[in-house]
Amino acid sequence: MATSRERGALTHPDVHKLSDVNRDILKILSRPGKGWWMLFGLAAAGVGLFLVSWGNQIVNGIGESGLNSPVGWGVYITTFVFWVGIAHSGTLISAILFLFRAPWRQSVYRAAEAMTVFAVMTAGLFPLIHVGRVWHAYWLFPYPNSRFLWPNFRSPLIWDVFAVTTYFTVSAVFFYLGTVPDVAAARDQATGLRKKLYQVISLGWQGTDRQWHHFGKAYIFLAALATPLVLSVHSVVSWDFAMSIVPGWHATIFAPYFVAGAIFSGVAMVITLAVPIRKVWGLEAYLTTKHFDALAKLCLLTSLIVLYAYLSEFFMAWYSGEEIERTAFWNRLFGDYWWATWTMLTCNGLVPVMLWFKRVRHSIPALFVISFFINIGMWFERYVIVVTSLHHEYEPFAWGIYRPSLTEMGIMVGSFAWFGFWFLLFTRLLPPVAIAELKEVLPPPLRKQSKEAH
Amino acid sequence: MSTTGTGLLASYEYLDSTVDAIEELRRAGFKEITAYAPYPEHHIEHALGYDQSPVRVFTLVGGLTGTAAGFAFPAWTSLDWPLVVGGKPMLSMPAYVIIAFELTVLFGALATVIGLFINSRIPNLKPSVIYDPEFSSGRYGVYVQAPSERVDEARRILNAQEPAELREGTEAAHA
Repeated sequence: MATSRERGALTHPDVHKLSDVNRDILKILSRPGKGWWMLFGLAAAGVGLFLVSWGNQIVNGIGESGLNSPVGWGVYITTFVFWVGIAHSGTLISAILFLFRAPWRQSVYRAAEAMTVFAVMTAGLFPLIHVGRVWHAYWLFPYPNSRFLWPNFRSPLIWDVFAVTTYFTVSAVFFYLGTVPDVAAARDQATGLRKKLYQVISLGWQGTDRQWHHFGKAYIFLAALATPLVLSVHSVVSWDFAMSIVPGWHATIFAPYFVAGAIFSGVAMVITLAVPIRKVWGLEAYLTTKHFDALAKLCLLTSLIVLYAYLSEFFMAWYSGEEIERTAFWNRLFGDYWWATWTMLTCNGLVPVMLWFKRVRHSIPALFVISFFINIGMWFERYVIVVTSLHHEYEPFAWGIYRPSLTEMGIMVGSFAWFGFWFLLFTRLLPPVAIAELKEVLPPPLRKQSKEAH
Repeated sequence: MSTTGTGLLASYEYLDSTVDAIEELRRAGFKEITAYAPYPEHHIEHALGYDQSPVRVFTLVGGLTGTAAGFAFPAWTSLDWPLVVGGKPMLSMPAYVIIAFELTVLFGALATVIGLFINSRIPNLKPSVIYDPEFSSGRYGVYVQAPSERVDEARRILNAQEPAELREGTEAAHA
């Protein structure tokens, strides 16, 4: 307890009083600024692109995408896995590092958690887009129907439905509960309509001893439930692939490999989002180089795990002596999609090597640039897994080339705008830094300046 | 509890003053004490003598319900329309483990929220009038409901810790 407080005083040396936190964080909610409106306009335009592209596919059919035999999974599934992966680091920072009492998580976790919720919201659209006839999307769920049909619970696709819907529900609940005391703080400063709105969102929170007592316990239990959940979700996503016998997919390493990759890309996305937030709203006292250093180390660790997985996949393909498996991996490196594989290897294996250097980890512009490389690399990783494995399966007569269509590209690019749209709204409506949790690590105001704890 | 008393609300700048005031009030035998804080402060909970939170029972029951449902539902649907594939058993327990796990987490989390709502008395959109907006910023608060003959005593205890502000009002029992 005393140690976390002392560490907090070290990570936030420029925050002096508890009320400083309210002043610095809540001012974000009151000034939109030109930059925000420009970004918001851009995001809204991107959402327009998304809707037009999807509308085109709904009206004219799935033929508007490049999906065809043999590559029936393409950009949609790639982007689905990408967004689910992005979501993971938010839960890692908010739940797992909460249980481990990591002293640096307070400043970034709210933004990371919001990122989780919006990333799962984005990811959740892709199965609906991918199935083509979206008006039948409810067939994914087990429901009593006139033909007495139930889904096949031996299929990883139905596992995925359960995993992703659970993940969305639990992370949304966890995110919302965490904001409740901070929205109450915003309410106490707001006036008029905003005050009424915040009063409803904060559920009438007053910060009484009874509320805090049960809140603290509920929060720990939610974190304890979310921790295995986050590991399970990307494992289940990986089994969508690994449970099949497609060469390049059928590997036991897939679950841990996907989880590490998810956290890798997600942490990179946290850096991508935290750098502009810090700059635009002057949160230098809250997001210090120590926080970025910790995030960069997490990136470095997961990049090493991911690189190990790549190398072990290639090694196992060779070592197995299986002709088909060997061909599949040779084809990855030197086949039609060599450029995607080499982009993946460069961005995920080579670029993060720079994070070994403290000077790079302490340079925020450098981290910002590296985080973009990682995001691109991780998208290509999923593209490589999905497309190169399918286009070159067992029978040579069934080989084929897949090219994403304009519709698919529009939806993919638009999904980033859709995510940004929600994230931008979030930074204006809810306190983007956890006010109450930051105060927990600040030294408490004492009349007697003695620091003895009982 | 008698509600024909006076409610006193003291706002404190310092944590130790708050804790001392609560301990003094409890020693003097005041029962209806509510403390306010801008963040969860375990010194205050300690001073008020909190025990385990019953929220954990909700989590446990919710989680176990989810586990049971996660095995029972796929098993029931498999038997509802029997479809034997490759002579394998009708029930594929290893596959159901995943459904059971996900539902354990889902039900456990939702039950935790229900437990929190019931125990913390939220949502409560028409809360007590006695509240200081500073409690969500930097101040701590102690509210005590004192019977009319003991108001002076409560006021003296609260004042002894030099509150930034002391408010009084005849109020019905406080939430």
